[in-house]
Amino acid sequence: MTSDGNRLSGEGRDMGIKKIQTPLADDVIQSLKAGEKVLLSGFIYTARDAAHKRFAEALDAGEELPFDIRGQVIYYCGPAPAPPGKVIGSCGPTTSSRMDVYAPRLIGLGLKGMIGKGKRSGAVKKALQEHRAVYFGATGGAGALIARTVVASRVIAYEDLGPEAVVRLEVRDMPLFVINDTFAGDLYQEGMERYKR
Amino acid sequence: MRDIHVNDIISAVERLFIDANINLSENMYKAIGDAVEREKSPAGKEVLRELLKNADTAREEKMPICQDTGLAVTFLEIGQDVHIVGGDLTEAISEGVRRAYRNGYLRKSCCHPFSRKNTGDNTPPIIHVKIVPGDRMKITVLPKGGGSENYGEVRMLMPAQGKEGVKGFVLDMVRKGGPNPCPPIIVGVGIGSNFETSALLSKEALMVPVGTRHADDELAAMEMELLDEINKTGIGPQGYGGTVTALDVHIKMAPCHLASLPVAVNIQCHAHRMREAVL
Repeated sequence: MTSDGNRLSGEGRDMGIKKIQTPLADDVIQSLKAGEKVLLSGFIYTARDAAHKRFAEALDAGEELPFDIRGQVIYYCGPAPAPPGKVIGSCGPTTSSRMDVYAPRLIGLGLKGMIGKGKRSGAVKKALQEHRAVYFGATGGAGALIARTVVASRVIAYEDLGPEAVVRLEVRDMPLFVINDTFAGDLYQEGMERYKR
Repeated sequence: MRDIHVNDIISAVERLFIDANINLSENMYKAIGDAVEREKSPAGKEVLRELLKNADTAREEKMPICQDTGLAVTFLEIGQDVHIVGGDLTEAISEGVRRAYRNGYLRKSCCHPFSRKNTGDNTPPIIHVKIVPGDRMKITVLPKGGGSENYGEVRMLMPAQGKEGVKGFVLDMVRKGGPNPCPPIIVGVGIGSNFETSALLSKEALMVPVGTRHADDELAAMEMELLDEINKTGIGPQGYGGTVTALDVHIKMAPCHLASLPVAVNIQCHAHRMREAVL
């Protein structure tokens, strides 16, 4: 449970796990270190391959994005359809590297967090450090478990893309690991080095 | 001759794809459970425990284990004394897939290669057929996600590269994938035959149950060596670092041309989904 105090500062702790809240404040972002587990609450926006292509086309044409991305978090995810009576279907992360080509531009525009799985390019990691943003990992293939942390969902753009539409999710205590922080920390690199034999 | 009606094929295909996507098999559940004990990294252990909890949740909520419910890969072994009646076999498989992905609330992940327009019903399925003796028909479904499939490759090695060349290639592919194909992975290796069949062998290798060794001693030893080497890479569950990068490695081998040594690697994620039925 997030206390009022936590909600105000956008950061709190429960059982030793840091709780964070969107939109992500700069001081919260800078407190995050690669390898640390966090529980994220608030609104996040799903977008994967086709939605990112449309973001880029919109920006090229001088148009607005379908939501104000400043301070926000994008979740690389294409959910399964919601069964009757459910808020959403299974909704784990997809592989982030396919969005690497688009991410630095969005980070430059104020995007503060991305959730996905798998390695990011050098350009993305550099943008995270330059613009103070964070890359989180959700457990790939744990889509049913993640669905339980989603309390509300609404398609806000590109409905014609089906599973690739942009959906605004409200999540409560979504379990994530910090993969790339603002200080060049990289959980994949450090974790692998530690256990290599 | 024994008649099999397409309606029975349609309902079997529907049931198998829904069941495979929602209920993690007992064998995989046990393999992940055992991996929790073996895993040395705390983050790795936590990921593996999450995967077990996810499997329980999926079963309870009747929701797919993973939102990527895959392309509809279907293997058929058709007895030569089977007579299919009531319609078209390929269309029957397609209809079964259509119904499964609609009625099971599975994600439709099939699209045009360039426009990326979704086909809307997860068809066409990918169908592999073998004609075998007998009057039965075995249907095996293997819905396969894109994340792991993207880290597969076929390579035509020089015969002189031999066994070491094959091992090097497999390890290259695992390192290249790193965290991306959702470790702990299962690695299917197809050795020999020709260009296209080596790829099919690598997929068939994934269908061997985790924990089962090849009947041939030399290949069984090679599977064990590869598994050991892969688990020394340090990649670990989800790539967060750890000692369980792969749950198993399976090899399928067939004779090849004098001039060739084809090798294919097909990687499978921990949500290894597969079901079969015999009609």
